[in-house]
Amino acid sequence: MEIFKSNKTYNFMGKRLPFLGFSTILVLASFILLFTKGLNLGIDFSGGTLVQVQYEKAAPIKEIRNTLSKNIQFEKSVVTEFGTPEEVIIKIPTTSTSIEKDIGDEIRSILKPTGDFTIRRVDIVGPKVGGALQEKGIMALSLALLVILIYVSFRFEWRFAIASILALIHDISIALGAIVLFSVDVNLDILAAILTILGYSLNDTIIVFDRIREGVTTSKENELNKVVNESVSNTLSRTTLTSLTTFFVVLTLYLFGGEIINGFSFTLLVGIVVGTYSSIFVAASFLVQLNFSIANYRENEALKEKRSKEKDKLRAQFEQGTV
Amino acid sequence: MLVTIFGIVFSIPSFLQTNDGKKISLGLDLQGGLHMLLGVETQKAVEGKIKSLAATVKYYTDNEDILIEDLTIEKDELNFILLDSDESPKLDTMLAEIKGLDINKGSDLTYTIRLTPIEIEIVKDMAVGQAVETIRNRLDQFGLAEPSVTRQGKVDIVVELPGIKTPEEEQRARELIAKPANLELMEVDELKADQVYNLTDEEAQEMGNLILEDTNDPQIKYLVKQIPILTGSQVVDAKVAFDQQTNSPIINFTLSTFGAKVFGDFTARSIGKRLAVVLDGKVFSAPSIRERIGGGSGQISGNFTVNEAGNVAIALRSGALPAPVIMLEKRSVGPSLGADSIKASMIALISGFLLVVIFMVVYYRRAGMISNIALITNLFIIIAVMAMFGATLTLPGMAGIVLTVGMAVDANVIINERIRELLKQGKSVHKAVEDGYKNAMSAILDANITTLLVAVILYVYGTGPIKGFAITISIGILASMITAILGTHGIYEALLSKITKDKNLKKWFGVN
Repeated sequence: MEIFKSNKTYNFMGKRLPFLGFSTILVLASFILLFTKGLNLGIDFSGGTLVQVQYEKAAPIKEIRNTLSKNIQFEKSVVTEFGTPEEVIIKIPTTSTSIEKDIGDEIRSILKPTGDFTIRRVDIVGPKVGGALQEKGIMALSLALLVILIYVSFRFEWRFAIASILALIHDISIALGAIVLFSVDVNLDILAAILTILGYSLNDTIIVFDRIREGVTTSKENELNKVVNESVSNTLSRTTLTSLTTFFVVLTLYLFGGEIINGFSFTLLVGIVVGTYSSIFVAASFLVQLNFSIANYRENEALKEKRSKEKDKLRAQFEQGTV
Repeated sequence: MLVTIFGIVFSIPSFLQTNDGKKISLGLDLQGGLHMLLGVETQKAVEGKIKSLAATVKYYTDNEDILIEDLTIEKDELNFILLDSDESPKLDTMLAEIKGLDINKGSDLTYTIRLTPIEIEIVKDMAVGQAVETIRNRLDQFGLAEPSVTRQGKVDIVVELPGIKTPEEEQRARELIAKPANLELMEVDELKADQVYNLTDEEAQEMGNLILEDTNDPQIKYLVKQIPILTGSQVVDAKVAFDQQTNSPIINFTLSTFGAKVFGDFTARSIGKRLAVVLDGKVFSAPSIRERIGGGSGQISGNFTVNEAGNVAIALRSGALPAPVIMLEKRSVGPSLGADSIKASMIALISGFLLVVIFMVVYYRRAGMISNIALITNLFIIIAVMAMFGATLTLPGMAGIVLTVGMAVDANVIINERIRELLKQGKSVHKAVEDGYKNAMSAILDANITTLLVAVILYVYGTGPIKGFAITISIGILASMITAILGTHGIYEALLSKITKDKNLKKWFGVN
């Protein structure tokens, strides 16, 4: 079976401006969402309390809200259904520091009159911890981008590195936009998902860039657009195939993996789609826009080779004792 | 050929591991349990140190008949006035023996004693270390499987309790952790005892006294001397017993030899006075002293339930917390939720796995099957490696394995595509396979190394369950590189003559 005829070359670069335009619109829209509606920070980053309660029968959400609103401490709590009608999540912006009697215990005693239930999960994140986690998250994200920049510059060329970073920023912005749009709670698992997208999308991009690098060094073609088109077309089946298998498994995770990792798998789903799109249509376009020059690259490579040959020669002479 | 065996051999330990019962441990989010990050209020430990210093000074001066006056504590400062300047050298020698003191002696023989900054750091550091030990001791005696108490950073403590079943049990464990268990034996100030209901806390403090409430009835108050006779640090044993008359639970405690001596000396001096048994700032009883009490044992009676008495006894045995601890973060998952998470992620793993396996066979035919062998080997390697290193499987870790199933075929897809490409160019099967692997190499390496770098960063900066995700992803990436580059290559080499003879490229590689 084949999805794309492997000997056919599609003219991606000829249509790169419309795709870049489309991407720009998506990224801009995401930024607007980020700055207007804003990220819905979960308790991991903002601090607070989360209690997951499972009732024997359908959860009496109205009654729970009423009961909680009568208590000053829990006035601002938000009650939402979670997965099934029996289960609810109660989010409280405050925390408690006492170990022997915490907010979870209080909720347990306050809710007693609302029916038979079991408390399945209590997460309390103090404001200090939340702040620290936020800092760590930002550090992790920036460090990841930096490391990628260095590695790709080292293995390819700086223009490849810039292009791949731009593609990553493109992917992450759009994924964040989707997170804002669907009001996903941003917790540690979402950060993990974002970093995974980073790795995944980069993986895709590098496969394409690797082909371009190969095309530049092995073929006699001098026109960058043609080399890029050929490389993207050649890797097209691979890109779509891997994306499909990954998409399948994340979809099963989203559908069957349970409510707790829903936000995580949702973010991944968006990321895989955007990441695949950017690897095919956007990443290489950046390379062209950055005026990557085949001639220069070949010259540099030749120079490098010459140098290493000279070194070898010198070494050989040295070993033979002629120098 | 060798490489084929390599792949298979790698999967064997995983079978053995699971048969031997040496399984991967499940994270708290999968098996249920309590995870807490606690902070130690170390400043309080410094104040506690000053308090016990005060007790020492009092005991020494009482015994040596050195007269001092206005012995008071103000936060982290101890003040008193020496009445007889002749005694000054004696007292100074005694104080000089105690390390880490910053002693200010005024011309009028007023002493102001503090801890030196270095000593304060040491006290704080020890307070955290001791809190870890104390909490660990208490939890060991609580009877849960594998409680873990570890220090994190300067002042934080991580407590992990797997296997907690109910919120009530969890609360009991938390009560036990937080119990300060500060036992103090204090002298009731009989001279001013009748004024207790008319005094404010400040007025009492000026006299060097404290007003304490009765544990059962807060209306009943006691005026006690601020400096305790003895503290819980001298308790060597504590047991729950039952009062012979009321049959309610009480706690019998035994003092150390030194404690017994101090206690004996004090009771001999104070016949007719009352002795307050104070636990965590509440008076539990205040019996009158009728005779000198030697032997160094005592009892605490109050309206305890059996559970409470048990907690107090455990806490006394394992020592007092040197400073109060507060909760900074708590994650508690009920066992039923953990079980649900395991079930859900297993369904996702199996269905995702089947989808990928079927897809690969449909698309690549026999080449797909070879990739699937690599994929299965891959799963075993992840399990084996995790078991070998005693890694913990968390819910995000499960998600990581599921994700790996999707991404691990990638290396094989890259190779298969390259082989197909070469076959279409009319290369021989042998050449196509060899060059396919060669051409795919740089792409596989670069792509996976960058993903691996990101996973490592995630591991370093992630906490708890997220680390589990980073671990499974990293192992998965490494395993997929090994199986795709070495494992499947070996299989192709073994089958090469068969494929060449067969000549049916559609059957083997899914191309026409």
